[in-house]
Amino acid sequence: MAIEVRDVNKSFGTTPVLHDVSLDVAAGSLTALLGPSGGGKSTLLRVIAGLERPDTGTVRISGVDATRLSPQRRNVGFVFQHYAAFKHLTVFRNVAFGLEIRKRPKAEIRKRVMELLELVHLEKLADRYPSQLSGGQRQRMALARALAVEPQVLLLDEPFGALDAQVRKELRTWLRRLHDEVHVTTVFVTHDQEEAIEVADTIVVLAGGEVVQAGSPGEVYDNPANPFVMRFLGPVTEIGGSLVRPHDIEISPGPVEGGSPAVVSRVVRLGFEVRVEVKVGGHDAWVQVTREQADRLGLGPGDTIHLRPVPGARSLALAL
Amino acid sequence: MTREVTAITVRPARRLAGGTAAGLGVAVIYLSLIVLIPLAAVVWRSADQGPGYFWRSVTTPDAWAALTLTIGASALVALINLVMGTAIAWVLVRDRFPGRRVLDTIIDLPFALPTIVAGLVLLALYGPQSPLGINLAYSRAGVVLALMFVTLPFVVRTVQPVLLELDTEMEQAAASLGAGPFQTFRRVILPNLVPAMLSGTALAFTRAISEFGSTVLISGNLPFKTQVAAVNIFSQIEGDNTTGAAAISTVLLVVALVALVSLDVLQRWGRRRG
Repeated sequence: MAIEVRDVNKSFGTTPVLHDVSLDVAAGSLTALLGPSGGGKSTLLRVIAGLERPDTGTVRISGVDATRLSPQRRNVGFVFQHYAAFKHLTVFRNVAFGLEIRKRPKAEIRKRVMELLELVHLEKLADRYPSQLSGGQRQRMALARALAVEPQVLLLDEPFGALDAQVRKELRTWLRRLHDEVHVTTVFVTHDQEEAIEVADTIVVLAGGEVVQAGSPGEVYDNPANPFVMRFLGPVTEIGGSLVRPHDIEISPGPVEGGSPAVVSRVVRLGFEVRVEVKVGGHDAWVQVTREQADRLGLGPGDTIHLRPVPGARSLALAL
Repeated sequence: MTREVTAITVRPARRLAGGTAAGLGVAVIYLSLIVLIPLAAVVWRSADQGPGYFWRSVTTPDAWAALTLTIGASALVALINLVMGTAIAWVLVRDRFPGRRVLDTIIDLPFALPTIVAGLVLLALYGPQSPLGINLAYSRAGVVLALMFVTLPFVVRTVQPVLLELDTEMEQAAASLGAGPFQTFRRVILPNLVPAMLSGTALAFTRAISEFGSTVLISGNLPFKTQVAAVNIFSQIEGDNTTGAAAISTVLLVVALVALVSLDVLQRWGRRRG
């Protein structure tokens, strides 16, 4: 295991932030720490980096107990949400920083920095200052800077959080490809479930300072450990006392076995998908169908239909 | 030869053109009335009786001694403030201790106190009847002390806001890249503070060379020993030699100007070098 976190507790003053958190990160993996804000995911990342000291518990990096090591000795690359660029240094010198600290020969530094700048597509901007770069470019520079020292693990704290939606999507895909090239064990924090599912090969869901579930994106999406995870990972709706994904519901015009009667209240066409809003058993629910299905059923407000989960659909019974 | 990458020059958008013109006019008139015209008058007056007289006024033994003492003591005080002022700003921003807010307020006292009062207090504390047993009265050390007191706030107050704004994540980034506390300070914090430190130092220096009130009591104004330039100017005026007084003033003006300009040049050079 590249990172082993055991029973970590951390409070800020009287506010508990992490509660008995244990976590294993496999070498070479790309792991997302996913959860709502205030769930403790950034704090956990900072504990791994040594930027916060846990009250109790241990952190091992590559098998070595790092709990008491300062960040400077952990050989961990850290990327901040707001870039933390060295404003007074050029892009080149920013990336070279860790190598200069390690007193590597000038020629070697130059070669390595130029390689990294090519990797992050900033080779033409080497002499610029951070203030002359866009947010996306700054974050790529920060990534190159963190990779320059060949860290054992790379930690990214909401790396795309400060970027606009378009750049964010580009960088996501790009991070995934970069990881496939560089293979460094990477952990990133996000509150965006789509980002986690798209980029990570392991998702760790953190809420209320505890690890709620860990697994591959498919596992976490299809077999959520509890209603919270199910809600957090994707759209849900409630039918017959169970949580179901709205795309896992079958609509029939007539009564069916195991079906619940419902009344259509509204039909919303959103491009290729259609959102059918219904009243079932006295509360609101909705079903996602394709346009073709909607046309075939000819649904309109006031129609009575029957709903049931499709065979093999994941549903979670809600405790009443 | 064509260049592949052309530099992008960012121009501030032209906005509020009318308002800017009016504002500029007001600023120029105000500056002229308050600063430029009086300064020009001083320089004009100093040249009243030709360059020969100017030179003789400045190089009389007592005037020359006062000038060198003033500039030397001011430079020393500026250097001390550079170090101590930065250290105090650091403590005020980064450390949490009881009485921090009180200390933060006290820093401005040298600005608020009439300088003659400061001189009185210093004489009482560090004069012949010093309760601390330290007698600096009528000595150059006393002059330096008085100047230190009066100019202390400059570096503190220029460095403090920059330090407050400084992104602490830069320091964490440096640490995660393997930099120790000293390396982080030297390579990350200091370069970001230097412009503020230098401008604070320049302000302290220029303030020190013109100081009168705080030094007049503790120095005893012994010509050739502890008389500073401002006091010398005052005695010239009392002796009805206004042209001589204006000449010495002009020298002080030029020294202040050179200090400010060279600092600005230094900063520009530093920024380009990065």
